[in-house]
Amino acid sequence: MAKLKYRPINLGRWLVWGGTALVMIILPLILTAGFTLTLLSQIGVGIIFALSYNMLLGQGGMLSFGHAVYSGLGAYFTVHALNLISQGAFHFPVTLAPIIGGLAGATFGVIFGYVTTKKAGTTFAMISLGIGEMVFACSLMFAGFFGGEAGVSTNRVMGQSFLGITYGPSIQVYYLIVGWALVCMAAMYAWTQTPLGRMANAVRDNPERAEFVGYDTHMVRFLTLVLSGFFAGIAGGLSCINYEIVTAENVGAAASGGVLIATFIGGAGFFFGPIIGTIVFFTMVTAVGAMTKAWLFYLGLLFLIMVLYAPGGFASLILMHVPVIKARLMRRLLLPYAAALVTGAVLMAGLVSVVEMTYHFSLEAGTAPGMKLFGFAFNVTSATPWTVAVGLLIGGFVISRFAWAAVGRAWADIVHILQDRAVV
Amino acid sequence: MSTAIELRGVTKRFGNTEIIRGVDLAVPRGERHAIIGPNGAGKSTLFNLISGRYPLSHGDILLNGESVSGLKPFQINRKGLSRSFQVTNIFQRMSVFENIRCAVLWTLGYKYSFWHRLGGLKDANLHAEEVMESIGLKARRDTPAGVLSYAEQRALEIGVTIAGGAEVILLDEPTAGMSRTETSDAVELIRKVSQGKTLIMVEHDMGVVFDLADKISVLVYGEVIASDVPDNIRGNKAVQEAYLGTEAH
Repeated sequence: MAKLKYRPINLGRWLVWGGTALVMIILPLILTAGFTLTLLSQIGVGIIFALSYNMLLGQGGMLSFGHAVYSGLGAYFTVHALNLISQGAFHFPVTLAPIIGGLAGATFGVIFGYVTTKKAGTTFAMISLGIGEMVFACSLMFAGFFGGEAGVSTNRVMGQSFLGITYGPSIQVYYLIVGWALVCMAAMYAWTQTPLGRMANAVRDNPERAEFVGYDTHMVRFLTLVLSGFFAGIAGGLSCINYEIVTAENVGAAASGGVLIATFIGGAGFFFGPIIGTIVFFTMVTAVGAMTKAWLFYLGLLFLIMVLYAPGGFASLILMHVPVIKARLMRRLLLPYAAALVTGAVLMAGLVSVVEMTYHFSLEAGTAPGMKLFGFAFNVTSATPWTVAVGLLIGGFVISRFAWAAVGRAWADIVHILQDRAVV
Repeated sequence: MSTAIELRGVTKRFGNTEIIRGVDLAVPRGERHAIIGPNGAGKSTLFNLISGRYPLSHGDILLNGESVSGLKPFQINRKGLSRSFQVTNIFQRMSVFENIRCAVLWTLGYKYSFWHRLGGLKDANLHAEEVMESIGLKARRDTPAGVLSYAEQRALEIGVTIAGGAEVILLDEPTAGMSRTETSDAVELIRKVSQGKTLIMVEHDMGVVFDLADKISVLVYGEVIASDVPDNIRGNKAVQEAYLGTEAH
């Protein structure tokens, strides 16, 4: 008789979840700069959205170019529901309003998903793109529901306050988002540990074998998409409460592309990858966006570098160090990493200079040739700053290559050592 | 003795080429039946027709007296037929245990459930452990299937095929590419897991065929030219000419 090992209570898992909750709760108390609360709220909603996207991409192997359809339609249904509630058409607590978005997302998952999930791979990707464009086109055709160019606004503050909760102050909305984010994260993690979640992996890896162990691959993909649409709709409902406005952008291609980028740079192969990706993505959008017009260029560059050199995302970059740390070999990497960091900083300085000066030159050279970068003031039409910038770029690239080679050698050594130890 | 699988005038055309040309075959329940024949005779195609991978051009296939032609692979599987593949076809990224557990979920009724926790499914986990033990891969429980040795992968392929408890098992060249000792291990494994079940297998290794099979059908150019007990097949002139050729001398 085979004996089973049951893990009673997984202490590590509780620590991770508890830690995550704690961090989310105390962050706005530590970071009190004006924009941080907006950013944190955005990240909270984004995490739900990206995790729901990863049910398709990571767990189910379905590359979607139209996931914002589900969050966006969820947001629209929530905004209309909130308006009806404030008119007294029916009673429903604002706290639970995201569930309306979730149900809308799941319903459209049923409608669209039945067609899109018939085939996986390229076919799925193409149809998802088509449905995204279709829904976006509808948003301009049915102005009554979608609100045309202006979108639909609402007011989240309504009815009697309950224990002082009115959702007037944004900190209250932030904690509403945190609550929903924690519940959704736990639910989506739990889903990966269910028969359907496991069979989604099976269908992703080998659809033919899945059929020969009794599973209808279309049905597995379909149900996965409906559940994913449900969580995307919850994210949409929260974003509606957060911004008090929903526009056609919510269902648009930019939103669908954003969640793809965030999920990918975080790492679609790991449950927590999209969480990291969302944090990096919105921090870049907000922080870099506040500093420069060229933020989208840098985001694109980051995406490009990740696709080429770290297709497993930040999650895999982090996890590949775990065995190294366990084997106490991390010190072998410190020096090469430091060298890569310094030389990389030079390269980045050159790159950023060239990009910023190009932007400035093409947009404002005629009216304001003077600009400031890294604390230096200079005239963008003169040759010296260009020489310095290009020099930094080329010099940085050359010395970076040495540093990267050193990193490569250090890793090769470590892999060797680990293999030798494994044999012994 | 009732019939597990019956083929009636089964025909398969790819374009104008007729690959399977009117095959009639009945395998009684509990029999171990081998299909042999030269390369290109259509043995694997026949398996693909029976298991629903390809649609039939003509004829009918009955599983336990019920027509299954036109059904999808998962529908045929749910009616109690399971198959293995000539080229190993498992979930490469999953562990050995996960591979087998995926193969037992449907039969145990968990279907598309997203309200059960896999870790808490005692019957599925216990059954998966037992199957792992019977195919001799217990020590490799948590190893990703993709890094197993070739023979281990073939054993896992059989494990995934039989785990769901199907009554009719189709094995497509289960010992292809194996060494002598690996082959004899595989034969013992097949004998054990097909106990009390209906087994149909395509096999090139005549040692394996004559060792395991109750009955042998010889497929040549899409037609069954003989179907009999091993001794009679050995002595059959037509078979010797068409297939066994020099090996019979």
